[in-house]
Amino acid sequence: MNPVPDIFRILPEVILTVTGVTIMLIEASLRPGWTRRWLGWVAAIGTTLALWASVWQLSLPAGTGYFGTVETSPFTVFFHILICGIVLVALLLSLDTLPEDSHHQGEFYALIVFGAVGMCLLTGAVELLVVFIALEISSISTYILAGYRKETGRGPEAAIKYFLLGSFATGFLLYGIALTFGATGTTQIYEIARLAPSAQNHSLILAALALMLVGILFKVSAAPFHVWTPDVYEGAPSPVVALLSTAPKAAAFALLLRVVYEMFPSLHGLWAPLLWVVAVLSMTVGNLAALRQQNVKRMLAYSSIAHAGYLLAAFSAASDKTGFSEAGIAAASFYIAAYAAMNVGIFAVITLVSGYDDKLPMIDDFRGLIYRAPLLGSLLLFFLVSLVGIPFTGGFFGKFYSFSAAVDGGAVALAIIGLLNSGLAAAYYLHLALVSAQRDPSAAGRPAVATPQVGVAVAAALSLAVLATLILGIVPGEVLRAAQSGAHTLQAPPPENTPSGDAVQP
Amino acid sequence: MDAINQSILTAVVLVPLAGAVLVTLVPDRFKLPNWIALLTTLLTFLLTLHLPAHFIPGLPGFQFEINYPWIESPAIFYHVGVDGLSLWLVVLVGLLAPVGVIASWSAINERRKVFYALFLVQQTAMFGVFVSLDLMLYYGFWELSLVPMAILIAMYGRKDGPKAALKFFLFTFIPSAPLLVAILWIYARTGSFDFVTLQILLAHGNLPAAALGWAALAFLFAFAVKVPVFPLHGWLADTFSEAPVALAMVVAGKLGLYSMLRFHIGLFPAQARAAAPYLMALAVIGILYGACLALVQRDFWRLMAFAALSHLSLIVLAIYGFTFTGWTGAIYQILNHGVVDAALFLLLGALEVRYATSQIDAYGGLAARMPRAATLFVIASLAMIGLPMLGGFVGELLILSSTFIEVSRAWTVAAALGVILGAAYMLWLVQRIFYGPESKLATSRPAEDIHFGELAVLAPLAVLMLVMGLAPSFWTNSIQSSVHPPPSSGITLMPPSFRQISIHAEVRR
Repeated sequence: MNPVPDIFRILPEVILTVTGVTIMLIEASLRPGWTRRWLGWVAAIGTTLALWASVWQLSLPAGTGYFGTVETSPFTVFFHILICGIVLVALLLSLDTLPEDSHHQGEFYALIVFGAVGMCLLTGAVELLVVFIALEISSISTYILAGYRKETGRGPEAAIKYFLLGSFATGFLLYGIALTFGATGTTQIYEIARLAPSAQNHSLILAALALMLVGILFKVSAAPFHVWTPDVYEGAPSPVVALLSTAPKAAAFALLLRVVYEMFPSLHGLWAPLLWVVAVLSMTVGNLAALRQQNVKRMLAYSSIAHAGYLLAAFSAASDKTGFSEAGIAAASFYIAAYAAMNVGIFAVITLVSGYDDKLPMIDDFRGLIYRAPLLGSLLLFFLVSLVGIPFTGGFFGKFYSFSAAVDGGAVALAIIGLLNSGLAAAYYLHLALVSAQRDPSAAGRPAVATPQVGVAVAAALSLAVLATLILGIVPGEVLRAAQSGAHTLQAPPPENTPSGDAVQP
Repeated sequence: MDAINQSILTAVVLVPLAGAVLVTLVPDRFKLPNWIALLTTLLTFLLTLHLPAHFIPGLPGFQFEINYPWIESPAIFYHVGVDGLSLWLVVLVGLLAPVGVIASWSAINERRKVFYALFLVQQTAMFGVFVSLDLMLYYGFWELSLVPMAILIAMYGRKDGPKAALKFFLFTFIPSAPLLVAILWIYARTGSFDFVTLQILLAHGNLPAAALGWAALAFLFAFAVKVPVFPLHGWLADTFSEAPVALAMVVAGKLGLYSMLRFHIGLFPAQARAAAPYLMALAVIGILYGACLALVQRDFWRLMAFAALSHLSLIVLAIYGFTFTGWTGAIYQILNHGVVDAALFLLLGALEVRYATSQIDAYGGLAARMPRAATLFVIASLAMIGLPMLGGFVGELLILSSTFIEVSRAWTVAAALGVILGAAYMLWLVQRIFYGPESKLATSRPAEDIHFGELAVLAPLAVLMLVMGLAPSFWTNSIQSSVHPPPSSGITLMPPSFRQISIHAEVRR
């Protein structure tokens, strides 16, 4: 019945795994002291191949493989491309900024690639156990990457915090999966979607949904499960934060979309108000806290919490009677792409300005940046303007689709709260932007800052981020269409696909 | 010619942007960025002159229209066009751009590439606002216009640029949040962002009146902050005293006033009429309050800020008087105010470059040392206070007479009082700067009158003030073609032909 070989369903993941393993093997066989920088290029090439494989998967008929555990569809391809793109930019960024004398460069690149395997698999999994495994693969890599600067105190602290809280969250998710299995007798997402509305033990399903939401909302750093974010972002190296603040979140949001729209659309009346509250909380808490930050990375950490809130606004979109909403899913998917483009971009700039070691972490250190380094200063302004949500940048259309989905769904109050919040957010983004544009009165007394070296890889990373942000802001049509066709396929297949439909009790 | 007519507005919007890209590419040497900016703005100005040359007064609807789909879902169109309301405003923006470049010529010496690139992006945004007929496109340009302004204020601020820039940005950005929600809500209910379509749908649709009232209020609020209308003028004085001269001359007034006429009154006539008495009261307060504060300022930028508040409030009074003559006068006065303000700012900027202060007390007796500057400043001041034969007189006469006859005598008397105060602070300013005994500051520097470049800009502006005072019908004819005389009840911005079409229009559910 399924003519597509199973291996094609997970081709990008296979390519990434092979790349990662190869890098580990080469790393182990290289003598200490030999250059390992080129391993980063190996990783970048592997990621590019995986990206290409994801695009190629579009030519396959949408369907599942490996006994219905992984799926390829426009939805998974959308997220695969996004994640591979982010990972590619993060790799290019690390290539030029990782200190040459670091002995663990090979591991670093391998971990990033393994993380990508987990994230890609997470977006394609339609079987809750595979979901769990994928989430673990991606989480463990990111736990290690977060603590990569072992020599500072902050690195291990960040890693431990992230690991402990993250393990808790995964525990919640696992409980949720167990309860779902208890209520429906299956871990297949399609089956659960079919069985959930008529399950006898309704309260068990509710508990399962709540626990799973806790686990996922932790991963996307939505309030009130956000406390880990600022510490981790501050402690982790900036190129890692560029990855950490976008790719795992994209994967987790894909999972959230799958859980609420594909698995439990019948509980729309329950999770929609819940996510409404979480959205409002996230954006308000994130923005208010960001206003008070003096450290740039902490500020951006809180801002990313706020962005999770804006994104969750899309879940208030109008839905049909089964609880499914194509507009909402498309808006959320688009937002993730726009957010990823600008956030990766701004962390790339911050990596270059403050360096791998975070020599200039505070907002005041950015004073007069545009005079010291005009190109970096202009890029910083550009990405900040996009984060504010000014038209003709990706940030605007992200917010636009998200809030117009909310308004369409009748959540006018949410849209007003959200847009007022984005006014609030403008205050701290603009503070950083304007400070960096100010003439530095004390420039003479300040220790000379080495003009950051912009190598080929970083230049490519920055151009990719700028290009993506501009394309999403000026001609968003193509990406939105991709998001819509992805959204379309997220609907669980109708019961006529399963001949045993009659067996379900009415 | 048709091909030009169908692409002229796109060219007007995009040429400054292309200039901005070019500025970023050339090296910052031999004043290259300045020259590119000057040539770009002159070219744009010539392009805008094409519009009045080929505009056909009396034709209903919009001219030079372009309507392409931009984004499919939601349906956003690249829909631009001009009518009598926006025609001369586009030309005004075109005219002020080279003036701004000249004003910055010797004032901006650092990071010229960034300055001129952002200045040109600002031009694109302002042209975009005046020609957009799609609400999302309009909103895009509206927001875009904030960014270069805020960054340039931060970069070239006199004392604390970033603070003033942030204040300016937040004051205008936060009110645009409700504006966007209102636009999205309208779209959710009607399925259109198109101005022309919406005019019909909102007038004859059965949208809930209460919600429509809130939407109208959101529009009004965003515009009122931008104008600014008293008591929302908190950003004005700081922005004027920090902004580079070239930007201070365009920051207030035009965008907000035009948007009020086009989008508030144009889309929500009934709601605007209901709000009119309150706005007229605020406008009269603004006229008097601004004039009184202008009298006591020690810094000439702050004086100009409050003078602007006073003058712009007079235009708001005319807009919400809902009279045929008042609306014509309002547009005319926007044009006139733009020209006069540009001349005054250019001269004050020239003074500041030479004497490095904006404190009025420090000046005195400059007329003997800078005779050309003094003459031109006096002409511009007289135009501003409304001396007959100069542009200001026509605008103020149209506004005050229409308000007196058709709206309210009390408001007119109060507003006229503000005009008298206006004469007081302007003439006093002239007296303190140019006449009286020579101050220490004036004698401490070598006398240096305005140079050729400045004169080349100021002389045409002075001539323009005179022509605007003598032959106003050249402008008012095309303005009036978009303001339609009342058939029986009240005037409207909607051409008569729409009323027939609109009977068949239905609101999409």
